[in-house]
Amino acid sequence: MTTMTQPARRRYRPPRQLGGGGRSSGFRFGRGRGPMAMAFMLPALVILGAFVFWPMISALRLSFTHSSGFGPTTWVGLDNYREILHDPKILKTLGVTGLYTVMFTPTAIVLALALALLLTNKALLGRGAFRTALFLPFVISMAVAAFAWSYLLDPQLGLLNYWLREIGIQLGNVLQDPHLALPAVVVVAVWKSFGFYMVIFIAGLQQVPEELHDAARIDGANAWQRLTRITLPQLSTTFAFVVVFATIAALQAFDQIYVMTGGGPYRHTQTVVAEIYSQGFKKLDLGLATAISYVLLLITLVMSLIQFRFFGSREKDVVG
Amino acid sequence: MRRLVGRGLLFTTAIVATLVLLLPLIIIVLTAFKPSAEVNAYPPTLAPHAWTLDNFHRIFSDLPFARLFLNSFVFAGGVTLFALVFDSLAAYALARLDFRGNRLLLIVIVASLMIPFQATLIPVYQLVAHLHWVNSFAGLIAPRAADAFGIFFLRQFFVSLPRDLDNAARIDGASELRVFWNIVLPNAVPALLTLGIFTFVNNWNDLLWPLVFTTDPKMATITSGLTMLTGPSGIIPYGTMMAGSLIAVLPLALLFLFVQRRFIESVATTGLK
Repeated sequence: MTTMTQPARRRYRPPRQLGGGGRSSGFRFGRGRGPMAMAFMLPALVILGAFVFWPMISALRLSFTHSSGFGPTTWVGLDNYREILHDPKILKTLGVTGLYTVMFTPTAIVLALALALLLTNKALLGRGAFRTALFLPFVISMAVAAFAWSYLLDPQLGLLNYWLREIGIQLGNVLQDPHLALPAVVVVAVWKSFGFYMVIFIAGLQQVPEELHDAARIDGANAWQRLTRITLPQLSTTFAFVVVFATIAALQAFDQIYVMTGGGPYRHTQTVVAEIYSQGFKKLDLGLATAISYVLLLITLVMSLIQFRFFGSREKDVVG
Repeated sequence: MRRLVGRGLLFTTAIVATLVLLLPLIIIVLTAFKPSAEVNAYPPTLAPHAWTLDNFHRIFSDLPFARLFLNSFVFAGGVTLFALVFDSLAAYALARLDFRGNRLLLIVIVASLMIPFQATLIPVYQLVAHLHWVNSFAGLIAPRAADAFGIFFLRQFFVSLPRDLDNAARIDGASELRVFWNIVLPNAVPALLTLGIFTFVNNWNDLLWPLVFTTDPKMATITSGLTMLTGPSGIIPYGTMMAGSLIAVLPLALLFLFVQRRFIESVATTGLK
């Protein structure tokens, strides 16, 4: 392999800071580095190759076929993708996912940011204990969170439903209500994940220099002005990260929907991933399911690329 | 005086917010100890009147619960163990060994971070089925025995370790494997612990993965097994379900309380990266 010529070619290169081995130390372990590195990489590469990279290609091929996993697989070209665009039921799953994302991301962020601001207030006693307590829902599985919320929202037995009725808010059977089912599954996701975003915001807030606030205070800025003119602008990077992160999480919504509504009522909570699951593993239409998967992949890629643009300079530090 | 009132108000706000937000958790704990007559009573109550362990007995008779618990441990523990070994080996090569294609491999691995596992689920399932690994730990664990995030995360950590440390060992004639095992890994314990906790929690809590790769109830995990409680009748035995949920949550809650500082800090740094 070409690896053998590498030491000679690399010898006169200036030392690098990232990546690369002990060359910069002037120490030679040139020969055999390639095979050695391969030996270290091999287990991970086999796993990633078999279960990430190959499935990527395999999924693309499968999405152009009609296949049930049994019997013959027939090539159908773009039929599956055409079906996604023309079947209102499948198109609706994209709409549901979009609506879910639009509800989830701002709600989770506003709640997380409000709590982060509360918990970074130096006048608050026991900040660490509050942080721990509020982070707890993030450790719990979405499925368990969904069980608890199903119970709270149960039309007869649910405590939350009962309390709301006592103060005059009639929710009825929330999970069977076409208007309330989607907001309900969003609430569960917000509840399960706000602690995660809160902790990220707290870390971001702690990086805002104290002097900025002191200076503003001396200049007579009130708390609201300090928040909107200093804290929030200083938090923009954290903010961008959380927005993209929450959006990608929302695009993959499944667990609590499977537990609470099964996609209903009338597919009002049938998200893209729920549709992949039911097309692929219930109706065994593998071609259509993988085509939907690829649409999800493309949407996620676009979101990730936006993320990389936000953090472009930092990623360059890492890779380039 | 005004400052004291302000502080009191702030503290009260935080307490109320915390209690409201933890209501679902409180409900899980309290309902788990409620007799079914009280669970099904109207109007619903918060705390049980007569505390009971009935729900815990019932969860073990309604589901192969001990088995589910064991499955979750083997699955989440197995994935964590394999992923830590394979990820750190790969991360070491990317961080310390100068080989052709190092940069390219790193870019490919970082790029693959963008692929959600849901997008490749069907071909992965086909492969696992082809290997006759459905309903086996191999099928649950192998596809996750290495992961791009772990490799990238550990690689970043290894790069930050001073190189003089391992070069000194190399001068003494240590092999790369020795340098990796005796020098780099012991210095990377915090990073390994962080990644390990993350991996364990994510897999313990995952629903879609065990749902897809196991069809035999005996191979379900605690998370996917609990969903079997909602029978075809549509009637949910909430008491039993909350007892099961409490048991499912307990190991993670304890793990979290033990290492919460590290856990929270690691989350915080992902946001700053």
